[in-house]
Amino acid sequence: MQEPADPTQIKKLEFVTLVAGGQNFCIEITQIREIRRWSPVTILPHSASHVLGVINLRGAVIPIIDLAAKLGFEKIEPTERHVIIITAIDERIVGLLVESVSEILGVNSDMVRETPRGPEDATTRAILGVIPVGDDMTKVINLTTLMPNSSQAAA
Amino acid sequence: MPADSSILDTFFEECEDLIVALTEGLVEMRDGDADDETVNAVFRAVHSIKGAAGAFALDELVGFAHKFETVLDEVRSHRLETDEKLLRTLQRAGDILADLVDDARDGTPANRDVVDPVLADLQSFLGEETLEPEEEFVFEAMSLGFADEDAANPGYKVSFTPGQEFYATGNDPVLVIAALKELGPATVTVDDSALPDGIEDYVWDKGYLTWHIEIGDIATDLPIYDVFQFMDDICELRVTPLDTGAEAPVVGLDEPLANVASEAEPVVAIEEAPAKSTRAEVTDSTPNVPSPPKGGESGDRPAKKTATTLRVDPERVDRLINAVGELIINQSVISQRIEEAALPNSSELFGDLDDYKLLAREIQEGVMAIRAQPVKPLFQRMLRIAREAADATGKDVELVTEGEATEVDKTVVERLADPLTHMIRNAIDHGIEAPDKRKAAGKVQTGTLRLSANQRSGSIVIEIADDGAGLNRPRIRAIAIEKGLVSSDAVLTDPEIDMLLFAPGFSTAAEVTNLSGRGVGMDVVKTAITALGGRIAISTVPGEGTTFSITLPLTLAVMDGMIITIGGQTMVVPISSILETIRPAESDISKLGLKSELLKIRGEYVPIVDLGEQLGHPPTDKKISDRILLLIQTESIAQCALAVDDIFDQRQVVVKSMQGNYGSIVGVSGATILGDGKIALIIDPDAIASGPGMSSHINASLEGDRSHARAS
Repeated sequence: MQEPADPTQIKKLEFVTLVAGGQNFCIEITQIREIRRWSPVTILPHSASHVLGVINLRGAVIPIIDLAAKLGFEKIEPTERHVIIITAIDERIVGLLVESVSEILGVNSDMVRETPRGPEDATTRAILGVIPVGDDMTKVINLTTLMPNSSQAAA
Repeated sequence: MPADSSILDTFFEECEDLIVALTEGLVEMRDGDADDETVNAVFRAVHSIKGAAGAFALDELVGFAHKFETVLDEVRSHRLETDEKLLRTLQRAGDILADLVDDARDGTPANRDVVDPVLADLQSFLGEETLEPEEEFVFEAMSLGFADEDAANPGYKVSFTPGQEFYATGNDPVLVIAALKELGPATVTVDDSALPDGIEDYVWDKGYLTWHIEIGDIATDLPIYDVFQFMDDICELRVTPLDTGAEAPVVGLDEPLANVASEAEPVVAIEEAPAKSTRAEVTDSTPNVPSPPKGGESGDRPAKKTATTLRVDPERVDRLINAVGELIINQSVISQRIEEAALPNSSELFGDLDDYKLLAREIQEGVMAIRAQPVKPLFQRMLRIAREAADATGKDVELVTEGEATEVDKTVVERLADPLTHMIRNAIDHGIEAPDKRKAAGKVQTGTLRLSANQRSGSIVIEIADDGAGLNRPRIRAIAIEKGLVSSDAVLTDPEIDMLLFAPGFSTAAEVTNLSGRGVGMDVVKTAITALGGRIAISTVPGEGTTFSITLPLTLAVMDGMIITIGGQTMVVPISSILETIRPAESDISKLGLKSELLKIRGEYVPIVDLGEQLGHPPTDKKISDRILLLIQTESIAQCALAVDDIFDQRQVVVKSMQGNYGSIVGVSGATILGDGKIALIIDPDAIASGPGMSSHINASLEGDRSHARAS
């Protein structure tokens, strides 16, 4: 019970690490439905620049978001080598276009540190916390901040 | 609520059915084509609600139903004259009963201000002497009867023929007869005349026996119906009062009496053991009096057919519909693949593919039919709304409904209730004039409101037509200017003025009444109809009335669409809004101002809307004459020509909502999946046609509000 590794207090978490806008990020694995290769999208009218369009995922219409653009980086020029991560949050399914997906990272929940406070920008607002990995670190993405908001979409 | 919620749910479901039966019966009574059976049906509906409500201790419901039932009992025994006043009260009582059921379901307290006057009205028909004490609601007490009515009711004769299903569901006639015997001294005889002569004709599970039970010393037949409460549709049941006057035994036409019964005994004993055991308990305390002719033959209750409906969780149907949608998509994928394969025309595969298409379409139609429901219950609710609205405004209005059997998707029926309510109220409040004004205009004093539904090639048209004064266009315009909906120098055509009724915040009522006039009604109506993929149109003739027509798609899940391309993207335009497709000649196009262009068609000029521009695509250099125009009809602008790059095909598409994962987009009503697996957006022609370029004189606030309403 006193052991710090007690599973009831410290959970084992798994993250998928990815690269977007040249930086390392990660998304909790439970929020990811699948990972697929880039395929052409159907463009949506009147949409924000980071909304690439929609794809058909086995009969469902899924919007695709350029993660790099959403986080404030340069827009990704999608090619065959780019990857779409299909994520599900609050019953909404959204695909995120990223540059690449690297590995699955297993960490204890106490490894996730709070984001050090600094000046805010589009990226820091979307970060839940950071995880040190070796010499480097990776940032946990808060998916809810990425969701296209319906009133925004209509405007 | 202590009761098991699933039982309670069943109770409320049954209440709904009973209230439908009740409303139907009351309408028949009002129209004067009711017979005794109708009154009986109404009475039984109220009684069943009361009985079940008692089991759940829903006291307010029981109290009201009891009073209602007492009045109905007077009516059916012809002690009360059915005049206009009584019928009106009965109708209102029916409405209140429905309210109370709703209240009980929602667990909200009843609105005493509404209930009490009706209760008082009901009481007024009963007079003082029939004022019954409250404890009469206790059901055990019922069987004891009312002492003062004993003389008039020596008892009842129950003829009871259990059907096959009665036995199959594990019911036992012995228990039924035992329960009947508890009600009073009973004489039980069995009629085995239906038994086949030879054993070879004998169907083992068929019910051949009829029991005649004469119960004495019982004032009403209610406890008898209580006994049969859960079996009345699986057995033939006839309850007729015994006549005091005819003491002398008269042999009935088809009813062998006690002497016949003893004859029958051996046969019965062979056929069925339970029958024998009941025979042993036969008592003979009341004279065997066959029913009077009136109660016997003409009062014959037709055996109720077992309703062969199925209650299914809508979730399951939705899953099926989704799967069928996938099937349709899959079918178009396969078609496309086969076309790409460039097989020889003689290939048998094409024939098979056609079969597959037909089957897929048939399955899809079948599945859609599961969701289809007649608009009848919806229309019946409107009868009530109209009644209340007429009462509140002091106008004489008759609501005539037509095409009640028209079937529409369940969701459509559900979501139409609010818009229709608004429109009926509006028509009565604003459309139909007060009786004296109607008289002055030389019209019949009673206004007529016609609510009709009919199917027109793939869509449902619902019309609400009043014979009132018609729209007052100058006034509508003045109000719209006053409210800042249009600028004062705008030149509006008559249809445009009419459409102002649907602008948010528009209200013609001089003062806000509690019925209508909050100025939200028609705006909400339009939003709701648009959300269903429908359109609404107004036509009005001054002095003769106004007609609102709502056009709705038959189903929400599949529609016929025209596949088009614009700016390299494939999109779908609903066929229902396309009047024709035109490849325009240079000479048909005229410039209007800097950018706008007009299409000349059959001597009329129609504005051209560039679809690409409306969707935010960069302007193309292509001339209009190189493109294709779709002449579309919308509610906001009578006609407009939608410029697209090319048209391909006309096919059935499965509508996928964008709302769930993305949100709504102006100008796009949904998406569909094409044969190649790509997504094509479905255009909302109304939003496109009334886009920023088009609403030059209708204030932008209208647009803004609409898109806001869609987003929410």
